[in-house]
Amino acid sequence: MKLITAVLKPHMLDPVKEALQELGVSGMTVTEVKGFGRQGGHTETYRGAEYKVDFVPKLRLEVVVDEAMAPQVAETVQNSAKTGNIGDGKIWITPVESLVRIRTGEMGSEAI
Amino acid sequence: MKRKLAVAAAAVGGTALLLAAPASAQDVADQYDRSAATGAEAMNMVVLDNIFIFISGVLVFLMQAGFALVEAGLTRAKNAANIMMKNLMDASIGVLIFAAVGWGIAYPGDFNGWVGSAGLWVEGFFASSLVDVSPAALADDGFYPLAVPVDFFFQAAFAAAAATIVSGAVAGRTKFIGYILYSVIITGIIYPIVVSWKWGGGWLDELGFSDFAGSGLVHMTGGFAALAGAIVIGPRIGKFAEDGTARAMPGHSIPLAMTGVLLLFIGWFGFNPGSQLQADMAVPILAVLTAFAAAAGGVGGMLTSWVVGKKPDVSMAGNGILAGLVAICSGIGELSAFGTVVTGFIAGILVVLSVLLVERLKVDDPVGAFSVHGTCGFWGLLATGLFSTTSPVNGAEESAGLFYGGGIGLFLDQLIGGVVIGVFVLAAAGALFTVLKVAGLLRVSAEEETAGLDVSEHGSPGYGPDIMAGAGTI
Repeated sequence: MKLITAVLKPHMLDPVKEALQELGVSGMTVTEVKGFGRQGGHTETYRGAEYKVDFVPKLRLEVVVDEAMAPQVAETVQNSAKTGNIGDGKIWITPVESLVRIRTGEMGSEAI
Repeated sequence: MKRKLAVAAAAVGGTALLLAAPASAQDVADQYDRSAATGAEAMNMVVLDNIFIFISGVLVFLMQAGFALVEAGLTRAKNAANIMMKNLMDASIGVLIFAAVGWGIAYPGDFNGWVGSAGLWVEGFFASSLVDVSPAALADDGFYPLAVPVDFFFQAAFAAAAATIVSGAVAGRTKFIGYILYSVIITGIIYPIVVSWKWGGGWLDELGFSDFAGSGLVHMTGGFAALAGAIVIGPRIGKFAEDGTARAMPGHSIPLAMTGVLLLFIGWFGFNPGSQLQADMAVPILAVLTAFAAAAGGVGGMLTSWVVGKKPDVSMAGNGILAGLVAICSGIGELSAFGTVVTGFIAGILVVLSVLLVERLKVDDPVGAFSVHGTCGFWGLLATGLFSTTSPVNGAEESAGLFYGGGIGLFLDQLIGGVVIGVFVLAAAGALFTVLKVAGLLRVSAEEETAGLDVSEHGSPGYGPDIMAGAGTI
């Protein structure tokens, strides 16, 4: 099993979610995060004082899938999340040691 | 050439408007001879006065909600409950202390003109609410006295308004107990003394000083006390960097703050028209002029923030609306519509510049309380001295403003009054805050400030833990 983590632009969540559901991915977890890579921040002003905002709001999407599906899922996320502008985000894949469904106690691939 | 023509045309047009037959609210009111009413007609008239002032008092109380939202919205979420509590309490304590002590000092009857008292918990407080419409009760200025409960109610609302101005300027780092003690002193002593100087018949009244609804008496008092507090208590942690540059500390909710501005705007329709103290035909004019001043201030503030900051700033526009409202309080009975718009517009410009200056002087005023109430309250007094139209027809030529043929006299009276009020309040409130500081009752510790006052002063956050959780799902 593999954990696919993607940092996305917030407004790309819906296209990514729909593409994954079409692929047969049955669940995912999303968190609101902030971050920056090579996309710099920007400057805002409040009552005359300028301030630099480095961190940009992003979403972190996490999906656990079978090892065989992992590359396809990652590619689907990339294609549906891409806008071509800086700040599109990144995807990485890490191994999952074990998985349990809390309600039933199923383990491994059956818990996906 | 075209540019010069345009400027010339504007100057001529502006001057024409300025000098055009100026009518003030008071001119309109004076057309009606209330003394001609007798018996049942007089009784009806006076009952209407009292009901109208009661409703105006309610509108002024509504301003407490306005102040609370402005202050909460422009400060950090971790202090939201604390700022609401301070607003609840300065209204509550303010009303009680003003009843017990303050009202007697504000309206001392016969006194030396500077400080006196008609007594504690003034006699006749719950007296019969029958009004006296005998000819003897009709005063020289055409007023029948209001029933005591109504009179007190309206004035208490004003006192609460003056007191609550300060909480925004000292937000985010003031101990609750220190703020309570300050509330007691300002509504019990400082504000009533200033009020006695003019509305209580004191030395400012003798001088010819003009302050219809309290640009000086109410707003400068609150504004300069706010300044004293902000100076003595010091800036919030992180507000100014090592090299002195100001860091932006954005408020947590512009919608809350600007809704607060709108509630204040609405409440001001009690503040100004109600200060006529009777239900007559000046009231609608006062309402329109209130709207003009707010509108002009809002536009002035918005444009100034746009020029200075390259983008129009929302909270500065809100401050602009309030600045216009504050400034027009002084002369609203005597200014023409044009004078009102100019006064409001300039107030909008001044408030933005004042916010920037206060920050440049390393004073942290999170909501611009001093800039709105102190700076523009003072401007309002001076504007009366410039634009008052009190026309010769009423035999009051000597109190017309500088631009309306009254000479420099009224302007100087306004200047003197404004300076004395400012200095007195700054000194008195400054002393009070310093005493509190020395007693360790003023500022919270650095840990408490960082954690937020909601938790450190009140034990629980204003925005509870379940606000974002999925309540309602299984």
